[in-house]
Amino acid sequence: MNRNTRTNLATYLKDGLRYDGRKPTDFRDITIETDITRSAEGSARVRIGKTEVIAGVKLAVQKPYPDRPDEGTMMVNAELRPLASPQFETGPPGDWATELARVVDRGIRESKLIDTATLCITPGELVWNVMIDLVSINDDGNLLDAAGLAALAALKTTKLPGLKDKMVDYEHRTNDKLPISDAEPLPITVFSVDGHQFIDPTYEEEDAYDARLTIATNKKGELCALQKGGEGPLSIDEIDKMVHLAVDKAQEVRKKLPR
Amino acid sequence: MAYPKRFDGRAWDEPRPMEAKVGVVPRADGSAMFRIGNTVAIAAVYGPRDLHPKFMQNPETGILRCDYNMLPFSGHGDRVKPGGGRRAREIGMVMENAIRPVIDLKDYPNTVVDVFVDLPQTDAGTRCAAITAAAMALADAGIEMKELPAAVAVGRVSDKFVVDLNYDEEAHEDGAADIPVAMLPRSGKVTLLQMDGDIQPADLKKVLQMAHKAIIKINEVQKAALKARFADK
Repeated sequence: MNRNTRTNLATYLKDGLRYDGRKPTDFRDITIETDITRSAEGSARVRIGKTEVIAGVKLAVQKPYPDRPDEGTMMVNAELRPLASPQFETGPPGDWATELARVVDRGIRESKLIDTATLCITPGELVWNVMIDLVSINDDGNLLDAAGLAALAALKTTKLPGLKDKMVDYEHRTNDKLPISDAEPLPITVFSVDGHQFIDPTYEEEDAYDARLTIATNKKGELCALQKGGEGPLSIDEIDKMVHLAVDKAQEVRKKLPR
Repeated sequence: MAYPKRFDGRAWDEPRPMEAKVGVVPRADGSAMFRIGNTVAIAAVYGPRDLHPKFMQNPETGILRCDYNMLPFSGHGDRVKPGGGRRAREIGMVMENAIRPVIDLKDYPNTVVDVFVDLPQTDAGTRCAAITAAAMALADAGIEMKELPAAVAVGRVSDKFVVDLNYDEEAHEDGAADIPVAMLPRSGKVTLLQMDGDIQPADLKKVLQMAHKAIIKINEVQKAALKARFADK
């Protein structure tokens, strides 16, 4: 953590200010593009300010797990490549990439966005495996919220590939959309420094927080995943305030999703 | 048993449509995107910066390190397992060889210039697109370069000699030769040369001359993108 940044940030936030002129609870500009790569079954690019994340969904078939013979599977993986930040390194996913992927995964899984029963092709024999890869292109802070939004936008535009002799026929995609519910889970991370709360940090601000709480909510405003990060403790009242902020902000962000 | 016309209607010596943009990764010291047909490469440069582990440092010069990475959803069929592998490692190495002749890092001893290339979408010619994007990113990072290298694949598809093979051409049922070439456009010197497939010795010279012509065209696209970047400022 950068102590000077923390002191300055706390001083600014006390007066409701940010370095870049935003209010503590303002997002930067958000843009969402979909179908950004032809090789994925679904894809999206999300920009929040200068932060950029792309999400790609690939579908494959596999044998179901023996204890769930009539359910497909899904996985979320994050690649925080050294292309995106001088802090990232080559090699297997580190702590941050693992946490990011797991928190986005929980939001999608627990909101029942994907009903795994609908991914069953032949019970006991063949099911779809939905693989969501999240890749950072530029890290200017708040990668997790961007990744959660990119994952949802990519899933909304995912179409099933063809099937031939129990094999995927990637050359002949169908027009059938991947069946998903309208839960629209979105993670919003609220940061706290010296008792002041703010969202959507730049990488500079992200280097100076005491605690963060990622709150994934569905379209109805119900909670579907939580993750506290950082070393600073939070009071119950602070958490309550963070949750309400996240619910409101998620509704705001949802308006930008492709229909 | 012939290839009368290219699958996508191009002339034999015509590269696919190109697009280039410099400055696409703001956190990096230099960056660029290069698209040729359906192959897209994004390159970012960091450095010269401290090199760790320390035993890799060279007190006489900075070193160049290239990392090539197909994103998991960028392949033609199945998901590409992340984490690279032998192919990615080899391509990183030949990229370094393709670029090193034009840069001089003697003023930056013990440092590294890192080049990372990620490909979100691929349709053959990925190492060539990676080199072309990397060259622009290095120039954007202010690394002194004697020339701006560019690369393209040439080769044989069935009975024809072609420039910039796409995936369908590489997989032509009559057989093909895929020859990725990087060149220094002004001097015409070759800094990357590999081949998969088969070709007659006399024909190699012919396709390399085709490559040089295409590389001059690609170089124009690179230069225009770099000029556009600095016109903004």
